[in-house]
Amino acid sequence: MSVSTVPEPKPTSPSITPMLEMKGITKRFPGVIANDRVDLSVRPGTVHTLLGENGAGKSTLMKILYGLYQPDEGEIFFEGKRIEIMSPADAINHGIGMIHQHFMLVPTLTVAENVALGLHPALSRADMGPVRRRLTEVSDQYGLKLDPDAYIWQLAVGERQRAEILKALYRDAQLLVLDEPTAVLTPPEVDDLFATLRQLTADGRGLIFISHKLHEVMELADEVTVLRDGEVSGHTTPAESSREHLAELMVGRSVSLTRDVGVSEVGPAKLQVDNLYVRGDRGTDAVKGLSLEVRAGEVVGIAGVSGNGQRELAEAIFGLRPVVSGSIAINGEEVVDHTPKSVRTNGLAYIPEERMKDGAIGDFTVAENLMLVGYKEPPFARRGFLNLEKIKERCTDLVHRYAVKTPTVETPTRNLSGGNIQKVVIAREFSSEAEAMVVAQPTRGVDIGAAEYIHEQLLRQRAAGAAILLISEDLDEIMQLSDRIIVLLEGEAMGEVMRGDATVGEIGLLMSGVR
Amino acid sequence: MTVRGVKNDAEVELEHSAASSLARLRPFVGLAVPLLAVAAALAVGAIMLLALGTSPIEGYRAMITGSLGGADKLADTAIKAMPLMLVGVGICIAFRAGVINIGGEGQIIAGAILSTSTALLVPDLPSAILIPMVLIAGAIGGGIWGAIPGGLKAYLGVNEILSTIMMNIIAAHFLSFLLQDLLIAEGDVKIQQTERLSENADLPLLPGGTRLHLGFIIALLVAVAAYILLFRSTLGVRLRAVGHNPHASRYAGMPVQRSIVEALAFSGACAGIAGAVLVFGSQSHRLIGEGGAAGFTQSAGFNGIVTALFGGLHPLATVPASFLFGAMLNGGIAMQRAVQVPSAMIIALNGVVVIFVVGSLRLRERLQRWFDDRVGIETSKERA
Repeated sequence: MSVSTVPEPKPTSPSITPMLEMKGITKRFPGVIANDRVDLSVRPGTVHTLLGENGAGKSTLMKILYGLYQPDEGEIFFEGKRIEIMSPADAINHGIGMIHQHFMLVPTLTVAENVALGLHPALSRADMGPVRRRLTEVSDQYGLKLDPDAYIWQLAVGERQRAEILKALYRDAQLLVLDEPTAVLTPPEVDDLFATLRQLTADGRGLIFISHKLHEVMELADEVTVLRDGEVSGHTTPAESSREHLAELMVGRSVSLTRDVGVSEVGPAKLQVDNLYVRGDRGTDAVKGLSLEVRAGEVVGIAGVSGNGQRELAEAIFGLRPVVSGSIAINGEEVVDHTPKSVRTNGLAYIPEERMKDGAIGDFTVAENLMLVGYKEPPFARRGFLNLEKIKERCTDLVHRYAVKTPTVETPTRNLSGGNIQKVVIAREFSSEAEAMVVAQPTRGVDIGAAEYIHEQLLRQRAAGAAILLISEDLDEIMQLSDRIIVLLEGEAMGEVMRGDATVGEIGLLMSGVR
Repeated sequence: MTVRGVKNDAEVELEHSAASSLARLRPFVGLAVPLLAVAAALAVGAIMLLALGTSPIEGYRAMITGSLGGADKLADTAIKAMPLMLVGVGICIAFRAGVINIGGEGQIIAGAILSTSTALLVPDLPSAILIPMVLIAGAIGGGIWGAIPGGLKAYLGVNEILSTIMMNIIAAHFLSFLLQDLLIAEGDVKIQQTERLSENADLPLLPGGTRLHLGFIIALLVAVAAYILLFRSTLGVRLRAVGHNPHASRYAGMPVQRSIVEALAFSGACAGIAGAVLVFGSQSHRLIGEGGAAGFTQSAGFNGIVTALFGGLHPLATVPASFLFGAMLNGGIAMQRAVQVPSAMIIALNGVVVIFVVGSLRLRERLQRWFDDRVGIETSKERA
């Protein structure tokens, strides 16, 4: 479906009376006020965007709306009536639907069965006829093409999302909440989704759209409510606002959204991958004949929807995953089938995409995590014994240099925020003075302020002559930081573009397989 | 106490002082929760004693005087605590490295067999050489018996809980076999025991006129050594890292598989030393089997696990924890004599204590986490 099929909005302008009003919502958890007198009103036929950093209180507010939490204070009005939402079933009965970020579908059932689940008791496969008919009607009406008899496990991510939306529409949801629905989609899929969403609003439904991607907000929203530290920090419309202004409302200070990349001197090749084949977890090749080269002082970005071989590529380079064939060289030295330790010794640093699983140890202190790689090296250890004083000195210095917000270096790392944990990982890896580095999803789930800082550090490494392979799902991040961009699709390079030679649209097309 | 983006200085000040006074309370949680658990268990024990028609006050008085009343009693309690301490310290190493070692019994036996064999082979060496030799032999025996399931887990993915239990059974029956044949004492009466081992290997008594012997000093030294290993050495960093998060350890370049083997080997070595101490510190100075099972271990291979958990898996905290359990074992015997309850009652009472202590550990962890989060929240949520 393309944008041109979207019908013109109905002539009746969005009505002024809101369909949903949340007034003075307060929710306290031990030691934290997650929502503090939050007001939110959504008019029918509009998209209301809820914007905020992680931990700002967006999901708490939505859990209250969906009946998963009860507010300590405040009232909810729906279509003029005051309502109590005691459970998700209540919410659904009132006509509130939620599209979760992690889909709530049963993979072994069909689309129709998933839709019927919970509606018709003891439904057998033979009774699916009416469900299928109604489903086909709904999907035709909104251009949500989907085979009702397809099993969920057979569907691609974008199709699963459509199944979720259909599920809500089948229950005749008047108000739909979409929690970061674009996080898993390619740019063309995002266009399709937006077209569907516009059709839903044209039909008079209200949408709450949760996102932290500012350009999407500017494109789609009719109104924007920004949350910060549990309070509403701003209410505006895209017309009256700008991306910079929205970012400022989110973070509480002015943030630079453009990166001054500058020019760096490009040196010899530090990381070379040649005709690499790597097997994925499912037993098929996840990386197929990939070749690339990263030179000193250069950032090479790997763009692509996740699951197209990025993780397998990174793990293979780092010696964490066996290589089927091909070669990987660091500083000209062949490292295929080396251990991670030996790859590190050859001069590669690695920032893994899952920082809490692979990057840091939650139960270790900040200092222990900072020393996780270099703990054996003098002067931090001699003859197998640690020099705790030197370690503390070094870690205190690193914490200051990388602006890690932590009470002490002896604080358990799990008590830090996501952005600060990532800073710990980055401080450890960047301070190792490696000549080449693989950096995967460095700012995923990190707040804007920390992301800005992490990007600065990355560019500083580049200026210092490091060869950086940047893997990210965030196309903006790739476009801002990379000197060259390689688009990965199903393990193959779809093409390589230089900075400034391609638009987001063009790269988006490559990501979805159109050359 | 609330957390907010915007706070005035007085609020910040207040929260910080609240946080730091909370932080001061935190270490007591580790001690208070298990002690309360023991108290609760003893309360249940009191009900059991009442049901048997005896006075719990009298019973518990006998227990306390029997375990703590006087130098001799204290020494006996320390002797009971010794194997628990050694095994428990080893358990700390294994559990910290993420390996569940249920094989203490087998490792004690393996240590006892190897140290006994050493003493039988070279009985005439002087004490200054023979005693260190039998202790090292014990450590090697237990270490090998730990390393085998360690290797099975690390390289073949065999669950260490199952394999260490199986290794216990193998060790017990192997000992039984040895005591029927190779190691059995010469003589007409065939009892499953060795001859009296070389006097040169007897662990010397400590001054003070009690039965307390060198094994006690050795157990304390092993506890301190384990503490240094875990928290002051590079190997300890690696073992603990692997225990907390093998993924991140692998990414950091650590050899995860080797660490698992090493952790179980060290753990087994501690239990093996306990095996040597149990043989050469015993009053009979023999290795004695009791039927199919090995009675000389006093079940320290299992009780040592509870001891270590009671001590929060910290080698130094395991020292007082082993005393508490030693006192209960020792005092239980006194109680049995004083109020004439069946010995099954004492075993049941120990069981109740174990259940309460193990049950309280999760509560303690949650309380400690709660404290950590309270203290951590203020600072980690502060934004520029």
